[in-house]
Parts: sequence; structure tokens; C-alpha cells
Amino acid sequence: MVIAKEFEYQRPSTIEEAAQILAGHPGSARVLAGGTDLVAWLRDDAVAPDLVVDIKAIPDLHDISLEGDILHLGSLVTFSDLINSDIVHERAPLLAEMAETVASTGIRNRATMVGNICSAVPSCDAGPVLLGYDTTVHLIGSAGARSIDINDWFVGLRETARTGDEIVSHLTMQVPPHGGVYVKLMRYAGEDLAQAAVGIVAYPGDQYRVAFGAVAPKPFRSARIENALQGKPLDEALIAEVVAMVADEIRPIDDIRATAAYRTRICEVMLERGLPAARDRLNGSGPAYGTRLI
Amino acid sequence: MEVTVKVNGERWDIDVAPADVLLDVLRERIGVKSPKIGCERGDCGSCTILLDGKTVRSCLVLAVEVDGQEITTVEGISYESLSQLQNLFLSNNAFQCGFCAPAIVLSATELLDNNPNPTRHDVQEALAGNLCRCTGYEPIIEAVLAAARGGAK
Repeated sequence: MVIAKEFEYQRPSTIEEAAQILAGHPGSARVLAGGTDLVAWLRDDAVAPDLVVDIKAIPDLHDISLEGDILHLGSLVTFSDLINSDIVHERAPLLAEMAETVASTGIRNRATMVGNICSAVPSCDAGPVLLGYDTTVHLIGSAGARSIDINDWFVGLRETARTGDEIVSHLTMQVPPHGGVYVKLMRYAGEDLAQAAVGIVAYPGDQYRVAFGAVAPKPFRSARIENALQGKPLDEALIAEVVAMVADEIRPIDDIRATAAYRTRICEVMLERGLPAARDRLNGSGPAYGTRLI
Repeated sequence: MEVTVKVNGERWDIDVAPADVLLDVLRERIGVKSPKIGCERGDCGSCTILLDGKTVRSCLVLAVEVDGQEITTVEGISYESLSQLQNLFLSNNAFQCGFCAPAIVLSATELLDNNPNPTRHDVQEALAGNLCRCTGYEPIIEAVLAAARGGAK
């Protein structure tokens, strides 16, 4: 099946130029990075832009670097780049654990993490993990640069705070000592979209971030669960207390991949197993990153 | 739009439309038929090619995107003779209909280039997303592991 609708293609060499091009085509242009979502949508006629702006010729968007406790990830960093990065494995191995669950090598070699949060489907794997960190999304638009807190990034189903003439340049993430887990329910180990997912980041002093994916229109953090955990040593009673909150916090749907009831139950199990694993990883023990907890 | 691309060592200058998908251009314009048209949405892996040495799904790449890049398909890795991996696919009966085989050979080639001593789990991970409806995967995994051992049983 071919792509039915013709479109124009441009490959600017600076991000500012790209933003100007987008500004000249309000509502009718799409940004192309890895293309693993966009080309599939073009084929499905789910999107029909007049113009596709390929940002892969823009230099400096591939950077993975560390400054103090701040990790800098360029918007063209692919999931494979995360898996192969020493900096990521040393300072934020949770990113690699998440990336290893994304589709297949052939997709991960092409798909970018920033593209994942720009597509913003409910099951986007990067969502629950980036919400666990203090992550800032940096954008360049025709009117200049701005930054958005990841907590304000996901607006709704496939909707983000990015406006049509803006391009994400990079993410910055705070990566002080922490422990994290990404638990993802798939039909089988290997390759699948999340039917439900939980991302947890544990910080010293019994501080936890708990985010869910694929069980609401957008990935989200549960303030109620985080507050209940705050400052208290994790024990069986506390875990049971927050696991009991899961059903009220999430809004899963029945669809072809799983029922809402199953998604709810599995989120409880993922939280129950994920919390102690995140705490133990913070303390330098616990299951190795990449170990599947379900 | 004029695109220059090297396919299995041969330079091609071709005129493509922005909406032309790389898989179709490879098969219909350049005549390389080993990347197969399967699901056309990145799930089945049968359109896999090596783009600058990395496996990608050519059904999810526009031809205009690869200007200046280098593509290798299974024709390119066995131009003069079959690779050791391909011979081990034969001796292990690692394919039946053969539809998935070019893509799986490329995925396994990429794995062995990056990780000469993969575990069974590494092989399974590397081949995940390459669907085979004939073999049940076991002979494929055995062939790749045998190649990692240098062909020894």
C-alpha cells in the first residue's frame, strides 16, 4: 500500500530554519525524525500533511552528555543510542531498561525518545519514565526558545504542549542518585506495545515518583500514591496501602489488547513488585536493570 | 527529488517523490527484491535492510530520507558467496518458505557484528520483531548461536 497523498519534503540544516518553515505552514506540516510513527500514519492516511520537515540533517541533536547531575539528551537520540550509551548506563540505567522494551532493534535504531513523547500515544514507553525524573523539554519555535516541565507536557490523548511551529531541541533531566524501575505488561517478552506500564523512581529519604502508562488518555503521575509513600520506610503494610489506591487512580479501557479489569489488576501487581525493586536499586542492590519483574 | 544512494556497493541516482517509501523504491526501481512487503507497519520485520550498517524497517522510511546513505541487503552480504551465517541457516534448516530469511540474516549479522558472543537471550532479543511463520524460531536461533561459535556444533 502506497502513501496516497502527495506532500512536499524539506530538510533544513538548522533548527531555527525548521521552525520558520513550520511557521509558514500552520496546521499542515509535520516534523519527521525517526519516522516510525509518522510514516505508518502517512500510510494509514491518519495524517495528511502538505509538508514534511525532516530534522535529521540538523547537527547537534544527537548529543548525550552530562553536566553535574543534569543529563542532556538531544531530540534525535534513538532508543538504541540510549541502550548503547555508557553515560545512560552509569547515571540513568532506567532509560536503557525502558528502551529495551520498545519494539524491536530495527525500530529502536530509528525511533527517537523525543519522537515517542511527541507522538504521545497513551502507551508511549518514555512517558512514565521521564515523568519519574525532573525532566524539562526544550523547544525552539519561530518566536524563540522555551522550556516546558514534563509534568505539563502531556495534555491529552496524543496531545502535547508543543505548538505547531515548535521543534524539541533536547531534554534535560536531573539524575542525582536514584533507583528506578520500568515495568511493562506485554503479551510476550520481545516486542509489543504496553498494555499497562508503571514507572517508578526512588530518591533518598523515601521519596518516590510513581507514573502510569497505557491506563489513561496520557501517561501521568499519581500524586496520591506519591504522597502516601513520602518519607515513610517501605514495608508490606505501606505497599498494600498504596496498591489499594491504584484502581481509583487509573482510567483504563477495554480494548483488543486487554480488558480494563486485567489492566487494573496488573497495575497493582506491577506497583507491588516495582516499589521494593526501585528502593533496592537506590541502595545498590535489587534485581539488575533489565530484569523483567512480570 | 534527486536522491543519491549506495545500494550493495553500487551508486544509484534516482528521482523519487517525497511520498515514495524506500521499500517500494528498492524493489520496484532498483530491483532489489530481498526486502519483502509484509505488514507495512514495522511489526513483521520482513522489509529489514541495513542503513549505514544498522537494521531499519524500510517500510517506515521515505526514500528521500536516505540521500547520501548506504544500504546493504542480503544480496550485498552474499555477493560472491554465502556468508558463514547463511551456510549455517542452510545446515540448520533455519528457514522453510524463506520469506523472513533475508531480514533475519541481516538482523543476525548486525547482532554478531556488535556482539560476537551473544547469549541465547541476546539472539532472541535481536531477532524479536522478525516474524517467522514456518520454523518456530528454534533452528534460526541455533544457526545464529552456531555462527557465534565460529560454525562449531
